[in-house]
Amino acid sequence: MEQTAVKEHGQAQPRYGGWRGFIADWSSDQRSFKNVSWGKAMMWIFLLSDTFVFSCFLISYMTVRMSTEVPWPNPSEVFALTIGGTSVPLILIAIMTFVLISSSGTMAMAVNFAYRRDRKRSGRLMLATAALGAAFVGMQAFEWTKLIHEGVRPWENPWGAPQFGSTFFMITGFHGTHVTFGVIFLLIVARKVLRGDYDHGARGYFTSRRGQYEAVEIMGLYWHFVDLVWVFIFAFFYLW
Amino acid sequence: MGEATAEPFETEPSAEVPEVELYHATSWWTKYVFSQDAKIIAIQYSVTALAAGFVALVLSWLMRLQLGFPDSLSIIDPPQYYQYITMHGMIMVVYLLTALLLGGFGNYLIPLMVGARDMVFPYLNMLSYWTYLLAVLVLLASFFVPGGPTGAGWTLYPPQAILAGTPGQEAGIILMLVSLMIFIIGFTMGGLNYVVTVLQGRARGMTMMRLPLTVWGIFTASVMALLAFPALFVGAVMLLLDRLLGTSFFMPAIVVMGQHQNYSGGSPILFQHMFWFFGHPEVYIVALPAFGIVSDLISTHARRNIFGYRMMVWAIVIIGFLSFVVWAHHMYVSGMHPYFGFFFATTTLIIAVPTALKVYNWVLTLWRGDIHLTVPMLFALGFIVTFVNGGLTGLFLGNAVVDVPLSDTMFVVAHFHMVMGVAPVLVIYGAIYHWYPKVTGRMPNEMLGKFHFWVTFIGSYLVFFPLHYLGLMGVPRRYYTIGDMDAIPLSTGMLNELVSIAAFVVGFAQLVFVFNMIWSMRNGTPAGGNPWRATTLEWQTPETPPGHGNWGKDLPVVYRWAYDYSVPGAEQDFLPQNQPPVRQGTRSTEP
Repeated sequence: MEQTAVKEHGQAQPRYGGWRGFIADWSSDQRSFKNVSWGKAMMWIFLLSDTFVFSCFLISYMTVRMSTEVPWPNPSEVFALTIGGTSVPLILIAIMTFVLISSSGTMAMAVNFAYRRDRKRSGRLMLATAALGAAFVGMQAFEWTKLIHEGVRPWENPWGAPQFGSTFFMITGFHGTHVTFGVIFLLIVARKVLRGDYDHGARGYFTSRRGQYEAVEIMGLYWHFVDLVWVFIFAFFYLW
Repeated sequence: MGEATAEPFETEPSAEVPEVELYHATSWWTKYVFSQDAKIIAIQYSVTALAAGFVALVLSWLMRLQLGFPDSLSIIDPPQYYQYITMHGMIMVVYLLTALLLGGFGNYLIPLMVGARDMVFPYLNMLSYWTYLLAVLVLLASFFVPGGPTGAGWTLYPPQAILAGTPGQEAGIILMLVSLMIFIIGFTMGGLNYVVTVLQGRARGMTMMRLPLTVWGIFTASVMALLAFPALFVGAVMLLLDRLLGTSFFMPAIVVMGQHQNYSGGSPILFQHMFWFFGHPEVYIVALPAFGIVSDLISTHARRNIFGYRMMVWAIVIIGFLSFVVWAHHMYVSGMHPYFGFFFATTTLIIAVPTALKVYNWVLTLWRGDIHLTVPMLFALGFIVTFVNGGLTGLFLGNAVVDVPLSDTMFVVAHFHMVMGVAPVLVIYGAIYHWYPKVTGRMPNEMLGKFHFWVTFIGSYLVFFPLHYLGLMGVPRRYYTIGDMDAIPLSTGMLNELVSIAAFVVGFAQLVFVFNMIWSMRNGTPAGGNPWRATTLEWQTPETPPGHGNWGKDLPVVYRWAYDYSVPGAEQDFLPQNQPPVRQGTRSTEP
């Protein structure tokens, strides 16, 4: 039988796979998730909590949509744009979704380059991610403006159930806030990467802890989560 | 659980991660006010929570004045009565119990008990406290706004919570919802810290199955809180939008005083589901840390290893899980489909199994133990009795059929005050008396402590025991005054007077506690490092109170579980968790 001998700092231990590995990790000392840093563990648990927030929002939306007795507005028509004289359903949302999913791609590449200590590429890709995120929020602002001009309000709209506007503004607003915070933190981390803070272990302004390139990956976890949430919002709100 | 003592590590395990540098305070402000040290944050949390709790205590006096002596006082009118009810409930459940058990005890005990220098992210931990303080201030501010605090009842049920006619509809309800949202944000920052510290920040040799049950309780409760508070958060956001923007998430088409309101199509039941999806786990968020703490108190003060440690751990985890699938037992009379009632009654009664298991294990721990009737032990014993009492009435209310006649009577008030009011508060007092020597370095006065216990214990029985009877007689809860109701005998009035008088006595007895805490800080007898001769790591710190970084130069190494009491052949009658096994006689066994 393999011995789970303990090695020096930072070295990986011999690991079991599957259930045995799971049990071995959880019955061990010091850490339950081996080789997972504090920051990463905390981000995962935070995302689990945030999943519950978005689930509550989406379940509430489904509940009010099913319980209202007034017809629900048809999303294909509401979210259509007239381009060159023809009405194209869901075109803006399609572009927004494409932009956000692309930003996940650039984020993943940024993480890759960060671990290769390629500061410039990593930082630039993060800036690109932030730009795509900002573009997403910008398009969302455009969509909100258009709907508001057409008479959609949180408490009423011209086409049917008032809960349409309520849930739309609330859920996309809450998600847009997540994206906005993501963009802000992307810019902060990108600045640190480009300045080389993680190479010479500069201390954080508030926490006075030394940063590591892992911050890029943790940032990426959040970003991919926000992206994934959008897929659900897209499916349940625009396609249903 | 003998294996843990019998099978120590062959060699000292080496550290998997290098130590993280701590933040070192540079001034008085960063050391004692904007402190990043979990111990200071814990004291800040505890003092703030207790202060909020005293506000809620005074509110309960005012309610008891009205209930015990109706029509004799003109200072309390019906709207104020509802405001007192609401604020009393919300402050006690969320701002006192949750904050004190998780923010206070969690912050102090987790790092010390798992053998860490601090929480994993001290800065976030500090933010957590200041956000919590802001939430308390926003909530208390609602006493000073036009219309006063909300009188919607602590459950804040729409539609009445936000309709004209409910006290505090102007501004109080808004401040309440905003305060809850701030609280949840603040708690999330703290809760993430507690969970990650337990999972990833333990000392060498400290496995999950060697954690003291206190840590297990707080850890499980923190996980639950991170998953349950989102429902309240979302509910609060939606209710706030209904109130401020006129959306109709929870508001059906409604006519008030002949006036059509601008609401239509919402579902009030949806709010109840969201509220109780938070609200029921909340009961166990409060109860599980209390379960954990009381296990440690009993084991230490009865000099006896906890009976069935593994069972206790799994019971905590199973209760935590089950509490997420029982929420609608609070809604039997709300018009749910009866089959839902069947499902939720079943899951509710299943919770009695792990809970009863814990009670048996506490009693079996005491069995033939060397029971020291110290102040913490008295409170722990008081908890067991009170909790059994409250748990048994829970069986009545958990059955949908029995619940229907009892719901919204004083019986319900008696039940939840016994099970999640008095019981956790007794544990909190026991825990404060138990860990006070570690926090201050001095013993609390034992005479005053015992006086405090007996008055609180007997007094709270005088308060809440008669309420069961009142409830069975049909006295409704939340009524400003009963007036002349044929169905309710006049004698209930006398019982209500007794309850009120007892409530005043119990309330005043808490001043003895406050006095004891302040007086003993200077005048208590010096405690030394380990006055209770306890095994867990927090008693093994090189300094008392523990210094910055808790452990001096070297982090502790854990060799055994937390309950090695009355060990045959040991020099003392207990073995601290960090005491190496006596092997080839190479290592010193000096504690």
